[in-house]
Amino acid sequence: MTKTTYKFLSQPRRVVEDRRFVAGKGHYVADYDQAGMLHIALLPCHQPAAKIDSIDTSAALAMPGVIDVVTGAELAAAIDPLMNGLDTPQVRRYPLAVGQVRYAGEWVCAVAAESRAIAEDALEKIRLETTALPFVLDAEQALQNDSPPVHPDHKSNVLLDKKFEWGPVDEDFAAADHELSFSVTWGRNSTVPIETFGVVAEWNAWEQILDVRASVQMPKYADQIARTLGLSGNQIRLHYDIDVGGSYGVKRGIKHAVLTGYLARKLHRPVRLIEDRLENMRAGDAHGPERKFDVSVAFDKDGTVRAMKMRALDNAGAYAGRAPFQLGKPIGAIVGPYRIGSVAYHALSVTTNKAAQEAVRGFGQAPTNYALETAMDRVATFLDMDRLVLRRHNLIKADEFPYLIPSGSTYDSGDYHTVIDKVLTAADYPKLVAECDRLRQSGMMAGIGIAACLEPSGGNASFEPLLNDANKTTTWMESCQLNIDALGTVTARIHTTSSGQGHETLVSTIVGEVLDLAPDDIRVTRPNSLESLPGNSPVGSRMAIMLGGAAARAAEKLKSKIITIAAHRLACDAASLDYKAGDVHAADGRKVPFSDIIEAAHRQIHKLPDGMEPGLASFDIMQVPTGGALPENGKVQMYPCYSFEFHLTLVVFDPIIGKPEIRAYYIGHDCGTVINPAIVSGMTYGGIAHGIGAALFEEFAYDDSGQLMTQSFLDYLMPSSHEVPDIQIVKHSTPSPYTVFGQKGSGESGYLGAPAAIASAINNAVAAHGICFSKLPIRISAISDAIAAATTPGNTNAVK
Amino acid sequence: MDITLKINNKDISASVEARLSLLDFIRDIAGLKGTHAGCEHGVCGACTILLDGEAVRGCLMLAVQAEGSAITTIEAVNGAAHPVGELGVIQDAFCETHGLQCGYCTPGMVLAAQALLKHNPTPTRDQARDAISGNICRCTGYVQIIDAIMVAAERLQGPNQPADQTQ
Repeated sequence: MTKTTYKFLSQPRRVVEDRRFVAGKGHYVADYDQAGMLHIALLPCHQPAAKIDSIDTSAALAMPGVIDVVTGAELAAAIDPLMNGLDTPQVRRYPLAVGQVRYAGEWVCAVAAESRAIAEDALEKIRLETTALPFVLDAEQALQNDSPPVHPDHKSNVLLDKKFEWGPVDEDFAAADHELSFSVTWGRNSTVPIETFGVVAEWNAWEQILDVRASVQMPKYADQIARTLGLSGNQIRLHYDIDVGGSYGVKRGIKHAVLTGYLARKLHRPVRLIEDRLENMRAGDAHGPERKFDVSVAFDKDGTVRAMKMRALDNAGAYAGRAPFQLGKPIGAIVGPYRIGSVAYHALSVTTNKAAQEAVRGFGQAPTNYALETAMDRVATFLDMDRLVLRRHNLIKADEFPYLIPSGSTYDSGDYHTVIDKVLTAADYPKLVAECDRLRQSGMMAGIGIAACLEPSGGNASFEPLLNDANKTTTWMESCQLNIDALGTVTARIHTTSSGQGHETLVSTIVGEVLDLAPDDIRVTRPNSLESLPGNSPVGSRMAIMLGGAAARAAEKLKSKIITIAAHRLACDAASLDYKAGDVHAADGRKVPFSDIIEAAHRQIHKLPDGMEPGLASFDIMQVPTGGALPENGKVQMYPCYSFEFHLTLVVFDPIIGKPEIRAYYIGHDCGTVINPAIVSGMTYGGIAHGIGAALFEEFAYDDSGQLMTQSFLDYLMPSSHEVPDIQIVKHSTPSPYTVFGQKGSGESGYLGAPAAIASAINNAVAAHGICFSKLPIRISAISDAIAAATTPGNTNAVK
Repeated sequence: MDITLKINNKDISASVEARLSLLDFIRDIAGLKGTHAGCEHGVCGACTILLDGEAVRGCLMLAVQAEGSAITTIEAVNGAAHPVGELGVIQDAFCETHGLQCGYCTPGMVLAAQALLKHNPTPTRDQARDAISGNICRCTGYVQIIDAIMVAAERLQGPNQPADQTQ
């Protein structure tokens, strides 16, 4: 593909949204005040599994200022269960526990009161009587037939048990020189936005409409609220102009919205539920994947990795939701950036008595990449080969694209070897290795971490029909509307909330590029769901491709109409005309100025071609490129685009203290054509920070009695500015042939490889002691304990 | 209790419960929504305000304790020098480097930067890193925030004129 120069695209441009945020003028849901608004507080049950015997709400209801107390039983009689992604009808979830509590902290009652403080006071007056039930926390145990079922009606804890075999796996294993097996565990963490989830619902009985404002990032949110509450689709008005204070996948809050909507209808008052941090951490149903991988790889003496068998067991927590699909998306990049010829994949998801899992940045790809990169490091160690040499040997080459992987997805484009070369040059790799050696000689533990991985992007839903035979979804569209008003200014309408991704900047830049008009003069609005076209929200690194694509296509339609009007005026062939900044030029020097086009379109239909509609408006509903087919034989094209990242890091720590310090961090990043450089860099830095958290600090850890031990920010440790180094991004661009400008996704960049890279560095540092960590996060205490155990004379048990 | 708090140079009187946090007073009584609740237990720094010029967490202080102090929130970070709709130097630097994404931690970050630059107009990168280490950001990985503070420090050292008037 030839290199294109753009006027606005890929150029430094300030992010439109930033202006209001630095002034403290974002529009977050908690900022929305309404007269007469009621506030919800939630009563948790502290047992991991219990039968609800009785709930006495009378004392709470008698308190001044308390308007209502609702229980799960009341809800279950009035509404439908929340949507299940899988075909598991007996795994029913309601906003409040119904009959049985399934994890410690689960909400049992909701109090609606005149203030949050009164609602919290009232919680203490509710008398909850329960009988403890047996519970299960570990996923392997939950798989056993004799484990206590979290949902007795479902009979077992298995939500998903699906085996795939792509290519001649057994033959490849038999033919290979060697094979090795290992297990790694990805700990339960999440993105934990600084804004908790919040929602405000208002029922207008005269118009029979429920207005919902929520800090949400979720596909089909309004639809799901309507279905669950038994309302029609156009009775929910979801307001997309709410700014979301961080999400990275998890701001899904469907149970919150249904509960709040139910109470708003019942009480005829605006109702608001803003989680406090405790509610958010233990019962916001926003934990990420907790996954154990058992991996076998078959490889030859020269380092060629021929085949892989992977069993991925996910601990979904107490309810199903969409979480098990996080085992599905990684199928679209199951071999990572490598030429692995055949794969057997066993996807297992089980219920346990932990908080319910939700989508997290990467939708399962980061854990899978960690397992894949561990395999690469283990093979290199086995063969005593350099880790970089092994990877280069197995990487797909630039001239092999488009490249079909065994599981049915075609990778669009890439130049992995070049990206790696650029990173090694930027990092002065020999010097980095020398520095690592120097640190080791000085008595420190030091290691170099390496990870190469893909970011599937363009967010499609192909994993739904792949994992659920009853689901026949083949589109995951996104839309954009444009209007040029009678004064000649452009307004774009987009149909989603934003949580920091800069969608207004994205769309105004792209529309400006296509129409050759200053992006800063283009306004982007986010109307409500009833004034919107269909869309699927910013999930799966899709908005540059899908919203950007729809915006570009809508703008092309407008441009085409402008040229057609001019051609009519000039009585010449449209194809002979040249468009520039709204004006249309003919080869003979004649010109129709933009102002004349506007005038004609808005006031002078007699100057338009016969049959042309007045006005200058357009819209586009874009289908995901390469999408549209149902799976066949367990294979499907997952996402259209595949961004590449290569991580290189130097980590050092004192052997006694064990606190890792990241001395150097380089990432080579190729997401095709970049639309806004500052946004892409910011997402990459932030993704790496999140990856550092997943690798070293963050975990929703439960004790043996089923209690969440990391419920506050004092226990759930997140990287501060001290833990995140100055990261060097090495940029490269291999445009995608499937998108309007060659752009790929970047919303999950950094996070998809950073945990693997850091684990690789730490394992490189401790390898000399015979230690190998195979569970994330690798805590400071785990490192120092392992080294102490390995270096104590007479102790031969290396900690795994 | 009847209290009067001086917020952004304006006296605001209310009868409040003793348990009301300064954060809730600022948001719910003064109606200033730029100060955000993050963890409400003193770790994340989203509720950072300036109390007599020092960066302080609004969630860890009771409203009744703040009487007699001068409180500055993000809404008045520029003082009266800038008309509405015009950014101060630090805010402008955050926009310049895109030192934010979702914007939720941003008011706290801007105020932490302001407190730093007041005491130390020429911070090193490490000192800037240290100054925001009590404010958690989940979007940016801090890199572009530290960039913003360095840009702001440099600009605050420069001639005190709007950019368009310097030749």
